[in-house]
Amino acid sequence: MGEAAHEIALTVNGVLRRTRVPGRRLLSDCLRHDLGLTGTHVGCEHGVCGCCTVLLDGEPVRSCLMFAVTADGHEITTVEGLADGARMSPVQRAFAECHGLQCGFCTPGFLCTVTALLRENPAPSGEEVLEGLSGNLCRCTGYQNIVRAVHRAAEIMAEERAEEA
Amino acid sequence: MTEQLDAGLVARRIAGSDQVGEPRDPAEGREVGRARRRREDARLITGRTRWTDNIQLPGMLHVAFLRSPMAHARLTRVDVSAALAMPGVVAAFSGRDFAGEQGSLPCAWPVSEDVVIPDHPPMAVDRVRYVGEAVACVVATDRYRAADALEAIEADYEPLEAVLDMTEALSDGAPAVHEAGNQAFTWRFSGGDADAAFHDAPVVLDRTYVQQRLIPTAMEPRAVVAVPEGEGFTLYSATQIPHILRVMLALTTGIPEHLLRVVAPDVGGGFGSKLQVTAEEVLGLLLARRLGRPVKWTESRSEGNLTAHHGRDQIQRISVAAERDGRIRGVRVDLLADMGAYLMLVTPGVPLLGAFMYSGVYKMDAYDFTCTGVFTTKVPTDAYRGAGRPEATFAIERAVDELAAELGLDPVEVRRRNWISREEFPYTTVAGLTYDSGDYEAATERALALFGYDELRAEQADRRERRDPVQLGIGVSTYTEMCGLAPSRVLGSLSYGAGGWEHAAVRLLPTGKVEVVTGTSPHGQGHETSWSQITADALGVPFEDVSVLHGDTAVSPRGMDTYGSRSLVVGGVAVLAACEKVKEKAKRLAAHLLEAADDDVEFADGTFRVRGTDQGRTIQELALAAFAAHDLPDGFEPRLDADATFDPENFSFPHGTHLCAVEADTETGRVAIRSYVAVDDVGRVVNPLIVEGQVRGGIAQGIGQALFEEAVHDTGGNLLTTTMADYLIPSAADLPDFVTDRTETPATSNPLGVKGVGEAGTIAATPAVVNAVVDALRPHGVRDVPMPCTPERVWRALARSRANDGGTR
Repeated sequence: MGEAAHEIALTVNGVLRRTRVPGRRLLSDCLRHDLGLTGTHVGCEHGVCGCCTVLLDGEPVRSCLMFAVTADGHEITTVEGLADGARMSPVQRAFAECHGLQCGFCTPGFLCTVTALLRENPAPSGEEVLEGLSGNLCRCTGYQNIVRAVHRAAEIMAEERAEEA
Repeated sequence: MTEQLDAGLVARRIAGSDQVGEPRDPAEGREVGRARRRREDARLITGRTRWTDNIQLPGMLHVAFLRSPMAHARLTRVDVSAALAMPGVVAAFSGRDFAGEQGSLPCAWPVSEDVVIPDHPPMAVDRVRYVGEAVACVVATDRYRAADALEAIEADYEPLEAVLDMTEALSDGAPAVHEAGNQAFTWRFSGGDADAAFHDAPVVLDRTYVQQRLIPTAMEPRAVVAVPEGEGFTLYSATQIPHILRVMLALTTGIPEHLLRVVAPDVGGGFGSKLQVTAEEVLGLLLARRLGRPVKWTESRSEGNLTAHHGRDQIQRISVAAERDGRIRGVRVDLLADMGAYLMLVTPGVPLLGAFMYSGVYKMDAYDFTCTGVFTTKVPTDAYRGAGRPEATFAIERAVDELAAELGLDPVEVRRRNWISREEFPYTTVAGLTYDSGDYEAATERALALFGYDELRAEQADRRERRDPVQLGIGVSTYTEMCGLAPSRVLGSLSYGAGGWEHAAVRLLPTGKVEVVTGTSPHGQGHETSWSQITADALGVPFEDVSVLHGDTAVSPRGMDTYGSRSLVVGGVAVLAACEKVKEKAKRLAAHLLEAADDDVEFADGTFRVRGTDQGRTIQELALAAFAAHDLPDGFEPRLDADATFDPENFSFPHGTHLCAVEADTETGRVAIRSYVAVDDVGRVVNPLIVEGQVRGGIAQGIGQALFEEAVHDTGGNLLTTTMADYLIPSAADLPDFVTDRTETPATSNPLGVKGVGEAGTIAATPAVVNAVVDALRPHGVRDVPMPCTPERVWRALARSRANDGGTR
């Protein structure tokens, strides 16, 4: 008795990926184990911790709460797709600069969340940053360096925009 | 910059060319003390990591465990046959199927003569003693199918009464968790004459505090991959302790130690939860052995909350005898410690790690400690960040605040009257520890100034006067702790099964690059960065030229791993010791090549020079010369490397003063932290960025215990907090920004002058916060709020106090 498999096509980090998955396969498992993108982590499997956050058409989603089949035809960005080639994104750079990570397990989720947050709101207030981060849990840092990293990333992005202009 | 290795270059250099690599530029200043960004981060922020659950191997199978739904029952029948017929299932086993080979999970700390160490089969055979205990397993081609097949297993239970409350567990007629009864051990310790101290004492304070059960909650769930390889096995595990695990698994499974390799790949936090030898690690190996294929198990969060060991869970009765001026005469502690259903790796040792800390930073004549370990039908407890020391610090720091309130004195003043003053170090405490160094005055003065203590007290007085419904509370915690586990002799005297040394190897490669092998096993602490800094300074090589290898017994064969704030204090010092040995060898070679006496050669900034001349060889040139071996002193082996172990003569004693201000809404019970100041003294600092990160994260966990976290069971012994929506760890929105600062009193017990920092924040924070909560409510007659101080508990404490008071307040 085999489980019915569904053909799906996802554009992950700009690359079209086709795979066959059972209907119940979680997007997080599909990314990690079918597509080999193990930068997305699973911390709770019930949508609370935010470790598995990826961007679906630019919006942060919990990949542990989505079936892979529902992502069919969509664009997904994972932590592996945040850098521009060898150049880290401003959010990535800011996290390293501000020591916004220790064990690093929650980090990909935070990076995706913050990337979306700053795209939506390039200069968030302290309050807005706390609210934006409150759906991602970290057990190592106490968050303050993550908060700093968000503000620093906003600063870097503003500088880079100014340079381009 | 150093040049890339190429064969021609090496050949030229071997032929006598001028340079290989370059020493670090002394103008850059010392590496130790520098806020280096972490070299670990590049892989962590790009997803180029290697977690255990990432591992995929040809033919790999997935394991799922059927777990007991009963807290206490006879397991009368387990039938896995229907599971075997399920799609994708390769094998299924009950505990009975492994009864002959699964052995008993080890307890390495038989603390006393009377300790009862019950048999602890990795899969239950005929009895279950907590909800979540494994009773059967399925091995299938994927994880989903393995989980499906669990549903087809039939297991029959005859329920027995759950044993949940420690006091009831010790009472006559209580249902027995184990044949020998519910008392796991008793352990006593005393210093001085407590009877004399308490006799006729002008003030005697008696308090009971409950250290609630906590779930450590590392973000990476546990995962195990067991692989048959060659004659033996490789076990990948999300563990803090690959070295200890290898020894223990060899003893438990009978797989010979030399045929077992244990790897801790990237590990996502531990906080003690991965300081364990787990059922799943043992069974993973046994399944790989039986099936001849790699097997993998990754827990779900709910499975982890149910089955990975919990922390704390003690009831502390503390009595303090004091003079009217606040001077403490003595302390008595009577402790009940919940072991849960079994004794795991260091379960019974956890309260002992606190036993020596109940006198805190204070001088007193007498101290008396009694601990009883109690079996209950809950998942075992074991180490959680601080392990014993947060509990002890909480009790004494809470009690000192209560003493101050009782006497109408300022809590900081009571501390001043009792603490060991800076000129009294080294100081041997009533508990027999010798604190090597410290300066409580300096840390406290700094903290008070940063906090604005006097201003906040003035505001508090004003709010009390105005009967403001939102009251301000100020909590003080002047903590110290014993860490840097540990002098092997002391561990031996406490019946621990192993030593507390640490190992390092330093190898100069032919091109002048350096490999450092450490026995510590980092999982977020940044050892790759800090150990590189220590090595760069010691050998005079660039930071970038060092790599740090760890976490694989095939690469790092010796070690005692990472816990107890020991890594820098023991392991970092071992790295330094290995560097010193390498330099001794290099010096001998330099003297030979420079035709000078050993004693005439001196080392500075990466170069060995003949004193008073410009003749010299860089350490990189010497590495190549050793490799080429064309011209070595007689008997000199052709390599510049060395092993070293360091076994500390004493613990290290970080200390500090943490101050917390809370606003407590007396109408709703809501508590909000308004400000938090931490001034810690962790001795010399290798990397201030990392140290501050450890302090902040530690405080967050301490606040978690004070305000948010608790493992809750129902009356049947079912854990109710199985998800992260039920077990609340703090989020970004729950925590204020902390003000952190340091004073620096070097440790005298190691050549780096360092003290541990991993647990300090957690140890300090919990009493600071609860003291603040109680301080806010004290005008309402509240003397305690049980942790976690949720709005409901604060509100209830106020309501109870009002009721007792006839509602006059």
